[in-house]
Amino acid sequence: MAIKVNQEECIACGACLSVCPFGAIVMQDEKAYITEACTACGACVDTCPVEAILREEEDKVVAMDKSQYKDVWVYLEVGEGKLRNVGLELLGEGRKLADGMGQSLASVLIGHNVEGLAQDAFAAGSDKVYLVDAAELAQYNTDSYTATLFDLISNYKPSVILMGATNDGRDFGARVACRVGTGLTADCTGLGIDEATGFVSWTRPAFGGNIMATIICPEHRPQMGTVRPSVFKKPVLDYSKKGELIRVASKIKQEDMRTKLIDMIHVCTVSCNLEEAEIIVSGGRGMCKPENFSLVEDLANVLGASVGASRAAVDAGWKPALHQVGQTGKTVGPKIYFACGISGAIQHLAGMSSSDLVIAINKDPDAPIFKMADYGIVGDVLEVLPILTEEFKKIKSA
Amino acid sequence: MEILVCIKQVPDTAEVKIDPVTNTLIRQGVPSIVNPFDKNALEAALQLKDKHGGKVTVISMGPPQAKEALKECLAMGADKAILVSDRAFGGSDTLATSYTLAATIRKIGTYDLIFCGKQAIDGDTAQVGPEIAEHLGIAQITYVAKIEVNGDTVSVEREYEEGYGIIEGKLPLLISVVKSINEPRYPTIKGTMKANRAEIPVWTMADLDVDEQRLGLKGSPTQVRRIFTPPQRTEGVIIQKDTAWESVAVLIQKLSDAKII
Amino acid sequence: MNFELTKEQEDIRSMIRDFAEKSVAPTAAERDEKEYFPREIFDQMGELGILGLPYPEEYGGAGSDFLSYAMAVEEISRVCASTGIGLSVHVSLCSWPIFHYGTEEQKQKFLRPLAEGTKLGAFGLTEPNAGTDASAATTTAVKDGDHYILNGAKIFNTNGGEAEIEVIFASTDKAAGLKGMSAFIVEKGTPGLSFGKKEVKMGIRSSVQREVFMKDCRIPAANLLGKEGQGFKIAMTALDGGRIGVAAQSLGIAQGALEQAIKYSKERVQFGKPISSNQAIAFKIADMAAKVEGARLLVYRAAYHKSHHLPYSKEAAMAKLVASDAAMSVTTDAVQIFGGYGYTREYPVERMMRDAKITQIYEGTNEVQRMVISGAVLR
Repeated sequence: MAIKVNQEECIACGACLSVCPFGAIVMQDEKAYITEACTACGACVDTCPVEAILREEEDKVVAMDKSQYKDVWVYLEVGEGKLRNVGLELLGEGRKLADGMGQSLASVLIGHNVEGLAQDAFAAGSDKVYLVDAAELAQYNTDSYTATLFDLISNYKPSVILMGATNDGRDFGARVACRVGTGLTADCTGLGIDEATGFVSWTRPAFGGNIMATIICPEHRPQMGTVRPSVFKKPVLDYSKKGELIRVASKIKQEDMRTKLIDMIHVCTVSCNLEEAEIIVSGGRGMCKPENFSLVEDLANVLGASVGASRAAVDAGWKPALHQVGQTGKTVGPKIYFACGISGAIQHLAGMSSSDLVIAINKDPDAPIFKMADYGIVGDVLEVLPILTEEFKKIKSA
Repeated sequence: MEILVCIKQVPDTAEVKIDPVTNTLIRQGVPSIVNPFDKNALEAALQLKDKHGGKVTVISMGPPQAKEALKECLAMGADKAILVSDRAFGGSDTLATSYTLAATIRKIGTYDLIFCGKQAIDGDTAQVGPEIAEHLGIAQITYVAKIEVNGDTVSVEREYEEGYGIIEGKLPLLISVVKSINEPRYPTIKGTMKANRAEIPVWTMADLDVDEQRLGLKGSPTQVRRIFTPPQRTEGVIIQKDTAWESVAVLIQKLSDAKII
Repeated sequence: MNFELTKEQEDIRSMIRDFAEKSVAPTAAERDEKEYFPREIFDQMGELGILGLPYPEEYGGAGSDFLSYAMAVEEISRVCASTGIGLSVHVSLCSWPIFHYGTEEQKQKFLRPLAEGTKLGAFGLTEPNAGTDASAATTTAVKDGDHYILNGAKIFNTNGGEAEIEVIFASTDKAAGLKGMSAFIVEKGTPGLSFGKKEVKMGIRSSVQREVFMKDCRIPAANLLGKEGQGFKIAMTALDGGRIGVAAQSLGIAQGALEQAIKYSKERVQFGKPISSNQAIAFKIADMAAKVEGARLLVYRAAYHKSHHLPYSKEAAMAKLVASDAAMSVTTDAVQIFGGYGYTREYPVERMMRDAKITQIYEGTNEVQRMVISGAVLR
């Protein structure tokens, strides 16, 4: 598929120039030209007032026999012997997709001594669980997990695979997709079924969250995507539900793994797992000095929240980089996000704009963070925070 | 040590704004920059070169203007830069991009390490690095925050959600880096002048051993169906009372009215 | 006639702007407040090649030209005028006389570390009773075998006490007046060389100006720059170049203030609309922009003349006169546009206004510039 301009029809009105999100249209000699930056998104096609821009269907490369592929799979990531939340969230979404497509929902569980977790998958709505359990798979490893998931795909041919957009999910998701030769849509925040075609439509932010793109994978299977944690709700777990457990033998040998995890350093457990946090309390430059960050931590403790930091606070050395929220740090989507003494540079907003509720405290009433905030207190964060912590303490103990 | 660094020229997304009337991206005046994470990748490569000797080659796939980004890398101290550019590459998704870059790397031939930034700030996919490694059949370590090379053993700190893992691997290896790994150096005046005079070779489809069906839009399994601007957030409630106590009291009241607490 | 910068000049400008914004701007207000001299920024500029920008690579320089150098001073001063003047004094007043009048040995020994940025330079001409009138200087140099013995005092010595290398002017022949003045390269640490109080100033507060004392300060005869009696000429030609530096500094200050004013006027809403939509503000900004652009053309032309070995004394004086007046007026207008906020230290325009004043005074007061210009045009 490609976008073409019918030069005879083009009236050089420039309407297409302003709608192209990729800057892929130039005006030369009073005619519009499509450059190689075009991604065939079609934004210009709908805009052209004289219908001079057309979507041209090219010969389809028949990649594979799609009919062989069915079922929706969710890869369940295991962390510290438990399922990561994102896997359960995806089972909730996967259920909807599977029902919509009239297919089954299956989970993929890879690890060692993880059979017990299959119950959680069934409880969350999974019809089947593919379990690959072996000592070699005890720790995540790019090579072994890639090979294992690739084998499962080759043998059982799913139509859709959902994975969490975690560091590991994005590490081997891309490798698996590449080995299969299919498309992978990264870091999605919305899932659906394209009415016209029945393909999964993957919606994701781009350009630092300034625009959203809906992406499909029409000719290749499985349709794969990584999905941002905390975007979807965890389904209610119903442990009366049962399903089919399919044990698959691991083919992995120690020497297949070209990299080796030597040691794991847990800098923190809850406090910096921002991706999965339901509540985040973040501090920025307005905290003034490192000692004051304890005010942020106090509120986080009371709320059972994770602690975030703006780039300014991280650059100043007040918090390690793992806590950084924003374009160059982590992208988060908690239920409640407290921005304390954070002015709200666009880079920061890009990292937290999918939060459900934003509460901002800043002394500058014109700070951009207030444009994003559902509730904002204009005031000195160093004064406000301790009072807020006290109040929440009272509410909690009440 | 032969080190390759893959970079991308991206619009500075911090400067991108949405036209409130047409609800479309305003691209005018948005500067093109080297993807910030790729600068960290280049810095990591340059530091290894400073320590162990060798050569740093920067490659980028993009339109002819991407030469500017490569020049900046030369100014920072890269030894060589190659642009891969052809209309046939237009519209590539991550699979087609990584296929093209892997073909470029095969043509270059020898390498010990390939560096990438963890992701590009315009697409934020973080996929091209791992897919290049897959095409080349080499091992990868992503989200790397610290690197040490000892002979042919590479030891890194990899970022996880809750901390760091120490991972070891052997050369050749593809590594994608996070921002906290280093502070990219500034280009020097001499470097800037040298880069200005440098000839950057441009490789086209004809220069690469590639299957045309796997390039550009044709070789991209994913397709952009629709682009839209996210709905604007509704105006929030701003509380500005005389004292912090009063402000907090109002906030708590409003939160409980809204049944949030 | 060609008004375009070369690609190389453009690239150098954008590289320096990036450096200035990321490494100089963030601390400018704090350094001003604390009167802190940022040697680390100068070290970094040295590593990047900014301190030796216009000098040939054989002497440790970057091998660029004086227009690029003027743009470097402009870009640095756009965010911090204090750092800008330190750079200007180092390159124009200390390094240049050694480059132009020094022997090959002197260039290798002194210009190289200056251009590479491992050493910082200063320039000592002004004395308590000899400002504009250099002939009233009382510092003396007496030859003693292989050495000269210097006695006297200098004031307002920019980079003084921080710099490792000073170019100092002293009389080797009192009777000959200005024709008896000679230039010497004096290294920090030389016995008899000491530094007095640091001036507490209205502006450019993170730049240092110190008193310099020489008491029986013995320096090798090999450190005589040029010939005996050539000092006044060396000082005047160095100051011609220094004026381009100060003119570029003024231009940078004005440009910085103009940008601040434009940004603020578009963001600040009064009576329901941005203040930039008031003609009173818009026209003020128009005047500011025109003054900045006018100054820029003069500054760049003077630098162009110096790069191309054309006469530049009058051009430098004109550039300095116009650019420094522009800096004063544009920064004053910027504070006015900011209103009450502009008068506070919350915003950088009051600092820019304080910094601007000195540009009308040093490197020859603007009255001296008029003497130079009138002398040239009435000849």
